[in-house]
Amino acid sequence: MNAVLRPAASPASTNVKISVKNLQFFYGSFQSLKNINLEIPERRITAFIGPSGCGKSTLLRTFNRMYDLYPGQRADGEILLNGKNILEKDQDVNLLRAKVGMVFQKPTPFPMSIYDNIAFGVKLYERLSASEMDDRVEWALKKAAIWDEVKDKLKQSGLSLSGGQQQRLCIARAVAVRPEVVLLDEPTSALDPISTAKIEELVHELKEDYTIAMVTHNMQQAARVSDFTAYMYLGELVEYGVTSELFIKPQRKETEDYITGRFG
Amino acid sequence: MSLTDGSALVTSNETSRYVSQEQQLATLTRRLALQRVLDGLFRKTTLFFALFVLAMLAAIIAALIYGGYPAIEKFGPGFLTSRAWNPVTHEYGALNAIYGTVVTSFIALLIGVPLSFGIAVFLTELCPVWLKQPLGTAVELLAGIPSIIYGIWGLFVFAPIFAEYIQPFLTRTVGAIPVIGELFQGPPTGIGVLAAGIILAVMVIPFIASVMRDVFEVVPGVLKESAYGLGATTWEVVRNIVLPYTKAGVVGGIMLGLGRALGETMAVTFVIGNAPKIAASLYSPGNSIASTLANEFAEASDVLHVSSLISLGLVLFLITLIVLTLAKLMLAQLAKQEGART
Repeated sequence: MNAVLRPAASPASTNVKISVKNLQFFYGSFQSLKNINLEIPERRITAFIGPSGCGKSTLLRTFNRMYDLYPGQRADGEILLNGKNILEKDQDVNLLRAKVGMVFQKPTPFPMSIYDNIAFGVKLYERLSASEMDDRVEWALKKAAIWDEVKDKLKQSGLSLSGGQQQRLCIARAVAVRPEVVLLDEPTSALDPISTAKIEELVHELKEDYTIAMVTHNMQQAARVSDFTAYMYLGELVEYGVTSELFIKPQRKETEDYITGRFG
Repeated sequence: MSLTDGSALVTSNETSRYVSQEQQLATLTRRLALQRVLDGLFRKTTLFFALFVLAMLAAIIAALIYGGYPAIEKFGPGFLTSRAWNPVTHEYGALNAIYGTVVTSFIALLIGVPLSFGIAVFLTELCPVWLKQPLGTAVELLAGIPSIIYGIWGLFVFAPIFAEYIQPFLTRTVGAIPVIGELFQGPPTGIGVLAAGIILAVMVIPFIASVMRDVFEVVPGVLKESAYGLGATTWEVVRNIVLPYTKAGVVGGIMLGLGRALGETMAVTFVIGNAPKIAASLYSPGNSIASTLANEFAEASDVLHVSSLISLGLVLFLITLIVLTLAKLMLAQLAKQEGART
């Protein structure tokens, strides 16, 4: 594919954006994350891999406290974003989610026009004039590499786009509010290979400005795109390190079994 | 010799296999033919049921026109705009009843829709899990109360309280505002157009609320999460995502409630006051199409009176039709705002 392995930066050379300390997560009485400790570096792509049910999506959903929407789900421990613990009770979750954007497995365009899909999130926190909003929408759509395809049909419904376009629209929507972190929860699992390649390329470009955490089922994708990779299994973080090292020379036997397909 | 035997054996074997295959094919063909017949029968039966509804509708309209014809012939379109209703002088007009029907239903929706919306939003988005089931059931039970009970309750319980406390309060507060205040003047009798509208509101709430709740629940969780993920609050998610996504269902629920309000007979008859008049104040008694029919059918003796009543029924039918058409047009308009899908 086009995005090849890059020489990975060493974790020490960049700032830590998110720092997870002794994180436990519970669905009711079931503990799905056990004592997670890791640091996510700024302006890098960190991939989370592991079999289904290992807790990688759950971990991602703690970064914007999406679990708050559901009674019975709870997190203990600390997640420091820019040094501040976002699990504290006094954290404004709406403000947090404006800073930590999220893109989901399936494209989820809102039932409104392409333009309004982008403007929706921006309007929540910023008062922009019509021309400023036009600029912002254009900027976000360009960032998500979809501007050329939609610039003539901004008034059309977001649902009129193809699956891959819808997903890039969703990325544009997340980027439009200018978050600091973008969470990608298996962003390409519902897409065809060409759309997937486009999204991967896009993600690679986005790391210039954003910290990206990405859950993926696809190990090749993690290897192609990410700077750092975390392997999780049964709610525990098994191994975390520079992607090239983790894939070429895993430290743990479990990781090696998984990435070579000898798992289970 | 042995070779011949062997080949004969093979042949007989193949023949028998061939025969059995042919038999199987025949059975299969027979079964498929039977299934085709059954399928066709099924299609025709369901078609009959569907057409039956259409035929009923046509028959009812025809019966209303036929029964109302003497009045239509005598009064013409003036029937709709005349305020006369006098069995002694044989003068009949529908305007009083149309006014009462439309105004009470409008009041019912004005009060009922926001309350129902609040109930539905609370039940789907905010309610703690343990309260969801009991509250939802309570709303459904409210829909199951017979309308005569609402009527009795309205007349004997609600009206005295309404006259004693609420009407004087409304006159003092809202009544002091120019223009709108005109609606809240007059003696607080407890019964009248406003009281009927409020009782109707209570009656339509369970219908509208339960339909709204059901349609809100089908909004994909991930779509709501996407909006929450941008930092939207519950209200912003409901306003910008849930409502647009479910607008057809929401309008459908409101129409269901409106249909009930327009046609509601017993409860309205108890509290509306049953006086054929149109007054500026909502406190004054009035009548609705349904309440007029309920009150007068037993006593209507001459042909013109009966056919005027039947014509009123036809008018009620037309009002419902107009309202439904407007709702469809509104939905089409909303869909246009959302942007073309192709």
